[in-house]
This record gives sequence, structure tokens and C-alpha cells, in this order.
Amino acid sequence: MRHIISILIENESGALSRVAGLFSARGYNIESLTVAATEDPSLSRMTLVTRGSDDIIEQITKQLNKLIDVVKLIDLAESAHIERELMMVKIKTSEQMREEIRSMADIFRGKIIDVTPTTYVVEMTGPSSKLDAFIAAIDSDSIIEVVRSGPTGISRGEKGLHL
Amino acid sequence: MELNGAQIVIQSLKDEGVEYIFGYPGGAVLHLYDAIFQQDDVKHILVRHEQGATHAADGYARATGKPGVVLVTSGPGATNAVTGIATAYMDSIPMVIISGQVPLPVIGSDAFQEVDMVGITRPCVKHNFLVKDINKLAETMKKAFYVATTGRPGPVVVDVPKDITDPRIKIPYKYPKKVSIRSYNPAVTGHKGQIKKAVDLLLTAQKPIIYSGGGVILGEASKELTEFAKVLGFPVTNTLMGLGAYPSTDKQFVGMLGMHGTYEANMAMHDSDVIIAIGARFDDRVTGKLDLFCPHAQIIHIDVDPASISKTVKVAIPIVGEVKPVLEQMLEMLKDGKKKPSKKALESWWNQIDQWRAVKCMEYDRNSNLIKPQYVIEQLYEVTKGEAYITSDVGQHQMWAAQYYPFDKPRHWINSGGLGTMGFGLPAAIGVKLAFPDSEVACVTGDGSIQMCIQELSTALQYNAPVKIINLNNSYLGMVRQWQEFTYESRYSHSYMDTIPDFVKLAEAYGHIGMRIDKPEDVRPALEEAFALKDRTVFLDILTDRTENVYPMIEAGKAHNDMTLRVANGISTDRELA
Ligand SMILES: Cc1cc2nc3c(=O)[nH]c(=O)nc-3n(C[C@H](O)[C@H](O)[C@H](O)COP(=O)(O)OP(=O)(O)OC[C@H]3O[C@@H](n4cnc5c(N)ncnc54)[C@H](O)[C@@H]3O)c2cc1C
Ligand SMILES: Cc1ncc(C[n+]2csc(CCOP(=O)(O)OP(=O)(O)O)c2C)c(N)n1
Ligand SMILES: [Mg+2]
Repeated sequence: MRHIISILIENESGALSRVAGLFSARGYNIESLTVAATEDPSLSRMTLVTRGSDDIIEQITKQLNKLIDVVKLIDLAESAHIERELMMVKIKTSEQMREEIRSMADIFRGKIIDVTPTTYVVEMTGPSSKLDAFIAAIDSDSIIEVVRSGPTGISRGEKGLHL
Repeated sequence: MELNGAQIVIQSLKDEGVEYIFGYPGGAVLHLYDAIFQQDDVKHILVRHEQGATHAADGYARATGKPGVVLVTSGPGATNAVTGIATAYMDSIPMVIISGQVPLPVIGSDAFQEVDMVGITRPCVKHNFLVKDINKLAETMKKAFYVATTGRPGPVVVDVPKDITDPRIKIPYKYPKKVSIRSYNPAVTGHKGQIKKAVDLLLTAQKPIIYSGGGVILGEASKELTEFAKVLGFPVTNTLMGLGAYPSTDKQFVGMLGMHGTYEANMAMHDSDVIIAIGARFDDRVTGKLDLFCPHAQIIHIDVDPASISKTVKVAIPIVGEVKPVLEQMLEMLKDGKKKPSKKALESWWNQIDQWRAVKCMEYDRNSNLIKPQYVIEQLYEVTKGEAYITSDVGQHQMWAAQYYPFDKPRHWINSGGLGTMGFGLPAAIGVKLAFPDSEVACVTGDGSIQMCIQELSTALQYNAPVKIINLNNSYLGMVRQWQEFTYESRYSHSYMDTIPDFVKLAEAYGHIGMRIDKPEDVRPALEEAFALKDRTVFLDILTDRTENVYPMIEAGKAHNDMTLRVANGISTDRELA
């Protein structure tokens, strides 16, 4: 099963490589990894998407917790949560296709954020599956470039991941 | 007190009560060596190779329970230390390794003798630090010792750039009494509810067994384990790392388990209905094929590291905590409770175990004209009255030492189990001897292993650390040869060295005494003579039966109840190698 693990980690040089190294050394699957600063400058927040059986996910969370730099983590898949990913797609557009791309972007609640005589850049956020659906809906020959941030997520309700 | 960085490092070692530091100098640590020169409290042991420094510090740590300390220079000094760091990591040994680094401003420029030590050691340390600010140096040292010695112990590297130790830059020094790390809070006591469940399960067991490991030694819980086993009357088996945690000569001890464990220990594991694993980590040398492992058992597991629990074998009752307090908690419940283990069930269980014992899986040919390695270890046991510290290298000789020297006390059996590092034995023995100068220390080794760190014979002389080297010389990489015999139709590919040195001369060249023994009747007198030479290192080159194999054995892919025994009927005698 797919799991989104959200990690608060010390904002120290090398902390990221400890996490990445753990996954490669132990042969765990890693689909995406995003890192950014938090409101507390001493902490970074990492969101990691991985896949595995329950046993493997249990080992992954235990091994992550064992890293001295990891302060706290949650497996978002364990409770209700919201997942979002940002995507930008550069699309080759002929005159006839422009209208179609615009309406497709509308349907998916995307925005056109750059226009040239021959291209559009569409920006879109949503769960990864929605972004996949948009890509699938566009003629693949017209796609010049796809840039995705990898998903991040947050739990629903009052509870949150903080110190 | 105003100190420079180099002095801060050395002063913090003093404040930690460090007695010995094992090291080797070089450019990046010259300031540190100058600080060492100007004090007498921390004694520096100059090894002959940085791998030797790590194993010596490791041996010191295993024998004393105190962290071992290593100092190496940047680049090649640091990389030479990696094998020893990984060795300590796999066996959860507390160590602090200080490595020199090129000055901060040139890090990343491929400077002379620069390696990314933090990067190289990341997968084989508990934690590591690169010191970037002299103001954080003392605190980092404190953190290193704290992390290395608490929770599940392990090696910690502190990488110190040369400019941090610059003698011209002095700052006020104060060593923190305590540090806390918000992201690091290892468990101590166990969850009461879980402990209660465990005790209830233990009391209903019909065929119970205690499977204990290195965690009991690391957690100083031998006394509690022994009491626990006595209160319950259960059989005890130990891993290779746990030997000595429970007295091996006690009648409740059924021997080591696993690949080269006893028949009775493995059969009892296989048939058991309740297993309590105490500070042991279900290593593959212990479990054999996982789907065939202990098919009838419900398992309780006490371990300070949650990641050790249900890693390879799913357990019914996990207890995260240190062995000592958890066993104390259990003992208290057992003593307060009315319920006792079923006498009847235990009686028939012990009857069964005694039948397995009657197989006498450790018998070997005692009438041979050749020196049997097992016989040498038995004699070593008698000559040292079972009280010596025994270090070992890796191979057949290691298994024989484990099988034929019954350890009654913890911290006396010192070997590399997890990484299985050839070359460990001699430097480890030096570390042990420095810690306990009045005790006998012997290194059981092989003709292959001893050559991997033989240069440390020189260190033993310089620092007056007289150890006895028991070289079970079979002129083979015997463990490899055994596997080739069993699984590759005796195609002995590169498991034989036909230019083994004259170890007697070699020992003499290093300033020690060498003896060659090639007759069974000479073994005992030679050992007695060697141990009588209290203040000399003696190298006993003992030419043993080259064809001897380690039995019993669980071969690859087999279950605990499917061991290969020495012989089905009678005991095999000397044979020619195919
Ligand atoms: C040639 C060769 C053959 C081998 N054959 C065998 C064999 O036949 N049988 C065998 O048993 N081994 C054998 N080994 C060794 C094997 O590879 C492992 O090293 C060994 O089995 C691990 O022992 P352990 O389970 O006791 O764990 P250790 O490696 O000693 O780990 C200790 C465990 O206890 C935990 N712990 C540490 N401190 C505490 C504490 N205070 N409180 C609670 N928990 C704590 C740790 O988290 C860890 O899980 C062999 C090795 C070699 C090189
Ligand atoms: C550094 C290292 N290299 C290789 C091995 C693989 N290995 C395990 S046992 C062994 C043979 C050891 O030979 P020796 O020291 O003579 O001991 P014996 O088995 O003959 O008693 C080898 C090569 C190892 N454990 N460590
Ligand atoms: Mg050999």
C-alpha cells in the first residue's frame, strides 16, 4: 500500500542524506521526497511517499524514528488526511488546440500561468491521482515538460504534527 | 578555564573519565596530538594500523562496558577505521571515534587527505557529527558519549576539522554535566500492561525457552536473567553474542542456538510453545529459514530498540525497554503473584530436553593422532580455569571457542558476531588486557585471520599488554573450506594459502615468544608454559587436524530440527580431504 510519511527533522546539514541513505541502504522504496523549512527555523518538514506491506512500513517508521535527527513523524495513511501535489505542465499548443487545453485546465481547476505563441504552462494542484488524470487526458505528443513537486499532506481535524 | 579546540577535546575525554585512547597520528590531528603530549591523564596507545585502534577500543569497551575511544587522522586514517566502526556498529558496542578533517574552508575542494567521513560512516554509526564551530565542541563531545552509551549502544563519529583545533584560538571551557537531545529519548522501563501479559503467558507455557542475547550483556542484566531463569525453572539458550550472560555450566543452560548451536538448544526452540527473547535480535544465523522458524511458539520480545522487534520474526508480545529494569519488573510480578509455572509440564519438557542432550552433539574423536581444535579449547578452558577473557577472530576457530569454552561470566567472550570481522581478535585482546592487566587474556585465532592485524603484535610489546595467542592453524581458511566441502563438492577455490609464514619466527621478530605444537600430548604442557609466562606475549602456533569441520550445523535453508550432526552412528575419525 502507498503511505505518506510526514517527518519533522532537525534542520541540520546532512539530515536529508540520513533519510535518503536509510532508504537506499535498506532497500525501501521511495516514490517522492519533499523537504522545506518550517515556521520553527530549527526544524524542517519532510514528506515522503513510499510503498510496502504493513510489515515494511512498520520497519520504515521504526528505522526513521531511530535516526537521531528525526524529531517526530506520522504516517498520514493511518488517519483522515489531505494530500496535495503541485504540477506545472508545458504544452505545445497549435491555434486549434488552445481552446481545448484551456477548457481541460478549467475542468481540472488548473491555471494557465505562462503563454507564448506556441506554448502554455498549466499549473495545477491536487492529489497526485488528479494530476495523473490530467496528464492522461492531454495528448502526450504535445507535452514538452512535466514538473511535479511530489505530494505533501496534512492530517484533518485538530491534531497536527508539531513539537 | 580558557582552552583551545585541541585541549577541549582532550579535556572532555578526561571529564568523561576516559582512561585510554587508541590512535594513530597524521596531519589533520597534529594539534590534538600536541595536546595529548602535554598531559598525562588520558593515555594514548599507538597502534600499527587504524583498524587495530578501532578493534582495540572495541575490545576494551566489550570487556569493561565503558565506551572505547579512537583517534585517527583524516583521509586514509579515517577510512582505515571504517571496518572497525562497522564491526562495533553491528554488535552495538559503545565507541567514540574522533577523526581529523581538513580545515573547514577547504572542505569540498578535494583537499589533501580529504574524505567525507560523515558520509562514509553514516550507514555504520549510531550517529555522527561534523564540528563546524569551536563553541559547540564540548557539547558535541558530550552528546557523542551520551548517544554512544545510552539506549541501544553504538559507535559515534566526531569529525573535527583541523582549524577547529587551532592552538591560537582559545575559548572558555565548560563541560556540560548533562545533555538532552529532543529527538532522542530511548525507553528504559517497559510498558506495565505488556509485561503483565508476558508474565501471564510465561506461566501458562508447557514448553518454554529463554532465548537471550548480547543485549543482556550490554544492559548489565546477567544477574537478573539468572534469577529470572531460576524462578521459572525454564531452559536457557544464548546467542553467540550472549554467551556468558547466563552461566554456561549451569544445568538449565542448553548451549548456544543457531547455525552452530547445540542440538538440544535448536530442538527445544523448534518444539517450544513460548519463547521469551531477551536482548536478542533474531539474526539469520539464529533463525535459519524464517518460514520454518519455531512454528508452534508464541514469542515475547524484550528489546530497547523498537526496530529490532518484529523485524524478521513477528512477535506476539513486544516489550520496548532495557533488559535490566524490565526483568526486575517481571520478577516483581512473578514473586507477588500466586501462580507458578506448571511443575508437571516442565518435568516432561526437561525429560524431552535430556533426551536431546543424550545425542551428545559436541562429541568429537578424542583418540586422534592429530590435534583436534576442540581439544585445544577444552585444554585452554582447564588451564585458565574458565576465567580468562577470550577474544576471537572469525572462522571455524571462533565457533570452537564458543562451543568448547563454557563462559560463566558476562564480558569474557569477545568476538565479532554481526560483521564477522577477521582481524578483530588480536587488537581486541590488547584492549582487554590494558583494561584488566591482572587477568588472563587469550586470543583464539586462525592462520588466516591472524594475518589481518598481525602488526598489532608490535603494539602489545610497546604497551606491555601480554596476551596469549592460540592459533588453531589448519593451513586453510577453514570456514570457507568447510562450506566448499558441503556445498561445492569440495572444490576448494582459494581457501588454501601455501605460503603461511613461520609464526614462531614472526612472533620472535616482534619481540615475543613463539611455540609450535604439533602433537596432542604437547598441547597441555605448552598452554601451561605459556600462561606461566605472565608478562610475555606468547604465540602458540598449534597445527590442528586440517580436515576438521564445525558441527553440529544447520545448513542453508534448513530448520532448527534438521541439523547436520557429526555422525549418525559413532564418531568420524581423521580423514583425508577429498
Ligand atoms: C562465522 C559466524 C557464525 C555464527 N554462528 C552463529 C550461531 O550459530 N549462533 C548465533 O547465535 N550466532 C551466530 N553468529 C553471530 C550472528 O551473526 C549474530 O551476531 C548474533 O546471532 C546476534 O546476537 P544477538 O541476537 O544476541 O544480538 P546482538 O547483536 O548482541 O544485539 C543485541 C540486541 O539487544 C538489544 N539491546 C542492546 N542493549 C539492550 C538493553 N540494555 N536492553 C534491551 N535490549 C538491548 C539490541 O537492540 C539488539 O537488538 C555467527 C557469526 C559468525 C561470524
Ligand atoms: C575481513 C574478512 N574477510 C573475509 C571473511 C570471510 N571469511 C569468514 S571465515 C574465513 C576463513 C577464516 O580462516 P582462518 O582465520 O584460518 O580460520 P579457520 O576458519 O581456518 O579456523 C573467511 C575468509 C571475513 N569474515 N572477514
Ligand atoms: Mg585456518
